Amino acid sequence: MMKQSLILLSCTLLLLLEAMVSLWIGRYPVSPDQLFSFLIDRQSTDPHLHAVLFHIRLPRIIGAVAVGGALSLAGAAYQGMFRNPMVSPDILGVSSGAGFGAALAILLSLPAIAVQASAFAGGAIAVFLAVWVSRSIGKNHNAILVLVLSGIVISALFTALISLVKYSADPENRLPAITFWLMGSLADIRMQELPYVLALVTAGSLPILLSGWRLNVLSFGEDEARALGIHTDRLRMIIIGSATLVTASVIALSGLVGWIGLVIPHVARMITGPDHRIQLPLSFLSGGIALLFFDNLARSLLAVEIPIGIITALAGAPFFIILLKIISRETW
Amino acid sequence: MVDQKKLRLHIRDTSLGYRLRKPLLKSINLSISSDETFCILGQNGTGKTTFFKSLLGILPPLSGSITLNGKPLGSFSRKELAKLIAYVPQAHHTPFPYKVNDVILFGRTAHMNFFGSPGRKDLLVVDSILDMLEISHLADCIYTELSGGERQMVVIARALAQEAGLLILDEPASNLDYGNQARLLKKIRALAEAKTGILMTTHQPDQAFLLDAKVLMLSNGSVLHYDDASEALQPDILKKIYGVNVEVIEAGTPGKNPLKVCRPLIDS
Repeated sequence: MMKQSLILLSCTLLLLLEAMVSLWIGRYPVSPDQLFSFLIDRQSTDPHLHAVLFHIRLPRIIGAVAVGGALSLAGAAYQGMFRNPMVSPDILGVSSGAGFGAALAILLSLPAIAVQASAFAGGAIAVFLAVWVSRSIGKNHNAILVLVLSGIVISALFTALISLVKYSADPENRLPAITFWLMGSLADIRMQELPYVLALVTAGSLPILLSGWRLNVLSFGEDEARALGIHTDRLRMIIIGSATLVTASVIALSGLVGWIGLVIPHVARMITGPDHRIQLPLSFLSGGIALLFFDNLARSLLAVEIPIGIITALAGAPFFIILLKIISRETW
Repeated sequence: MVDQKKLRLHIRDTSLGYRLRKPLLKSINLSISSDETFCILGQNGTGKTTFFKSLLGILPPLSGSITLNGKPLGSFSRKELAKLIAYVPQAHHTPFPYKVNDVILFGRTAHMNFFGSPGRKDLLVVDSILDMLEISHLADCIYTELSGGERQMVVIARALAQEAGLLILDEPASNLDYGNQARLLKKIRALAEAKTGILMTTHQPDQAFLLDAKVLMLSNGSVLHYDDASEALQPDILKKIYGVNVEVIEAGTPGKNPLKVCRPLIDS
């Protein structure tokens, strides 16, 4: 336990350090002196500096950590629950549902807040449908397999609906807006929307973080876990409900950001081993570290901003291949 | 609260199987108590897994009732039930490289609160079980790297950590070498003497003699119950179950209590 607390502590410190550096990075020049005096007393002689740091960079940094952490935590919880390392938070259709919700709201020219609400609702509805379909098929036989297949079907359905919305969108304004939303971006995060998202992410993360031991037991399979005293149905609903809450709320904030939820839990598992009690919190921290890093690339690599979803996919794919090579030498 | 040490499972006019399919086992009437040892014999595919899943409350009976100390099995929570009935699956692989100590601690889950983690008492229970099964040297090994025999002992230890009065074992000896089989049977016998109910499947009828067990025969959708191994293990019954000729002989040093042994006739 000693060693594990040390891992978590050093990752938290790393994240804080990275956040400081991220405040400093950007087109508007900020000297380290100015940054420190801003951090200490929030005072600055330069009126623009306050706006840049507090209203543009800081919400973006907090948003990146929340989005990366939430996606990675949800991915880790799903990988444990489905007992499958190839599972991502999208497995039950939350991304395509949220994408459809956002696309529809953009098509109807609703304001930004309604786009977010619609994305959140779309994601939640898609997962609800997947669970409902799997339950109506019956839970006597391989419940997990039926659930995954239902998720695939619902995902495909909502992807088709997204295409339908795009097809009917006006190609001058709405279509590009939808396309950009689907690529994901942290550029538009504002300070005032963060408290809601952070509250939702916290509400969803806590039950997951507290289910670590039960997910450990579940790794021996459905029947054995039940014989060991776990109400597997209830546990599964807690995990699905919480994971959907956190993913839907961060997707509403950032649009679609792929790969983080699939790749980062593996990194965490390589560091901690299979014990979910430590792997889950570490997944959150390292997801935050990773997405903040990628977002810094997204906003500083080129003269124009690169959509974050493209960066995570470009970086995630080769990274995942390397990971697979390392992992395939070990047990899983 | 049900007394953990004195359990009685009653199965009355019960059919077992999966919904929307033909029942695998029909009109079973049976009583199993925690001071008895049962060996379950039967061909592959006769419904042993279904039988176990039903006794564990995982698969509800299609008709009839299964009660534990008078209460229907379905009215127990998973947690309550795990403290009363423990299950030992066949030694298996999992993809997760947990330590042996942790695997056995999983058996303590039912004794923890909902989001709980193991406490000091749980660690003590695990230590004493490791000691009793003489596998303390495995405590810090990785479960997935153990041999089949060692894994089997660990899974048994995990079930014992549940401190249940009834132990259900699925072919516990089938993956073990000769020496480990004998050692395992010795442990099972010791558990039975400590008043833990034993219900185990086996493909070795001799084990029923060795354990001085009662016998359940699963055949053609019904469960036949014999109070005594030598009553069950007779050439004509074995022929009916397994389709081979078997003779039952008495063996042992003269003067000591003789042991019956089944010998398949492979010349005829």
